[in-house]
Amino acid sequence: MANDNHQDGEHHGVGHVVPVSLLVQVLVALLFLTGVTVWSAGYDLGWANIYLAMLIASVKAFLVVAFFMHLRWDKPFNQIVFVGTLIFVALFLVFSLMDTRAYRHQQRTGDAPFVGTSYEEGKLQAESQGGSGH
Amino acid sequence: MSDDHHGDPNLQHHFEDMDQQFNASKLGMWLFLAQEVLFFAGLFCFYFVFRYNYPELFEFGSQYLDAKWGAINTVVLLISSLTMALAVRCAQTSNKSGLILNLVLTFICAGGFMGIKFVEYKSKLEHGVFLGLFDYYTVDSELAAREGNVAPTSPVERVAHATITPADPNATTIAPPAATPTGITRPPASAGEAHDHSHDGHEAHDHSHSHDDGHGGHALVIHGERPANLHLFFSCYFCLTMLHGIHVLAGMIMLVWLYLGAVKGRYHAGYFTPVDLGGLYWHLVDLVWIFLFPLLYLI
Repeated sequence: MANDNHQDGEHHGVGHVVPVSLLVQVLVALLFLTGVTVWSAGYDLGWANIYLAMLIASVKAFLVVAFFMHLRWDKPFNQIVFVGTLIFVALFLVFSLMDTRAYRHQQRTGDAPFVGTSYEEGKLQAESQGGSGH
Repeated sequence: MSDDHHGDPNLQHHFEDMDQQFNASKLGMWLFLAQEVLFFAGLFCFYFVFRYNYPELFEFGSQYLDAKWGAINTVVLLISSLTMALAVRCAQTSNKSGLILNLVLTFICAGGFMGIKFVEYKSKLEHGVFLGLFDYYTVDSELAAREGNVAPTSPVERVAHATITPADPNATTIAPPAATPTGITRPPASAGEAHDHSHDGHEAHDHSHSHDDGHGGHALVIHGERPANLHLFFSCYFCLTMLHGIHVLAGMIMLVWLYLGAVKGRYHAGYFTPVDLGGLYWHLVDLVWIFLFPLLYLI
C-alpha cells in the first residue's frame, strides 16, 4: 500500500529519501577524515593536537547528523532541538572548565587526587604526597 | 495525501493521519537523542576536567590503548552507519530484501565492534587495570610494604623508561610490531621477571621493556614514569567506553527487533517509522564514538 508515495516523499514530510551515491560519498569523507585524525595525531603539536582532533571530529559529526540522520532535510523544530542540545552541552563544558581553570594554581603536576575504596588506602596516599591531603 | 492513509492499520487512533504520527514520533526521538547527548556530556566533562588538571595521567595511560584497534573500530562503526542509512532508504522505497540485508550487515558490524572491544578489555584486565574503584594496584607497592601489607604489583607498572620524555611522540604511543589485540597482553604469571631490575637509585621505574607474550612477538612498550593514581585515567576510559558499549548492545537488540519486523514485511514506503528512528539511534551511537576515539586513543 502507498508504494507510489515515495516519489514525492521529499515534499510532504514523511521522510526524505537520500540517494545512495550521496550516502556513499559521506562514508568516504568520514573514512578520509578518520585517516586525517590518526595521521595528525602522529605529530606533536602541543596544545593544538586536541583542538585539531576535536575540529575534525566535529566535521565528522556534522556529516553524520546532516546526511545519515537526515537532519538537513528534517523539520526546523527537530533541528532546533538538536542544535539547542549542543548549545547546552557547550555551556556545561565551558563553565566546568572555567571553574577548573580558576583553581588551576592549586594543582601540582603529578598530584592527581586519590579516589579509592577505603580510608586506609587514602591515608597511605596522603602520606606519600607529603601529608598534603585532599 | 493524508486521506490515503486513513485506513492504514499502522495509524494509531489518536493521530490525525500518518504524517502527524510520523512527525510526532520523530520529534520524540530527537528529544530522546538530545537527552542522550546530555547524558554522555557528563562523562565528557569528567574527561575534560581531569585531562585539564592531570595531563600526565592521560599521556601515560593512553599508552595502554592500541590506536590501531580504536581506528579499526571507528571504521567498523562508520560502515555500520552507512548500512543503517541504506536500510532506512530501503524501507522508504519498500525494498524488503535490501532492508533485511542492510540490517544484517549493520548487526554484523555491531558484533564486530563489541568483539574488538571485548578483546581490548581482556588485555586491560590482564595488565591489571580496570575501573579505579576495583583496581587492585592503586596503592604504590612501597607504601603498602611499609605498612606491612603484601605489595601488589601490576605486571607492567614497574616497567618504565625514565629517559624518554613523554613529549616525544614516539614515547606517548604504543609501538607494537603487529596488530593483534593480544599483542598488548602479558600473562600475569610472568610478572616476576620484571621485578628487581632497578639500577642507580631510581625507584624501580628506570628501564623499558618490550613484553613478548609468546604469540608472535607483539609487545607493549610503556615509556615514562607511572604517575600516581593512574587508575583515574582508566576510570575515565572504562566509564566512557562501557556506557558507549551498553548503547551498542541496546542497538543490537533494536536491530534484531527491526529485522524480525522486516522479515514479516511490516515496513514499506507508507510506514517505516521504526526503521527511521532506529537509524537515528544507531547514528547517535556512532556519533559518540567519533568523539571518543581521538580523545581516548590518539591524544
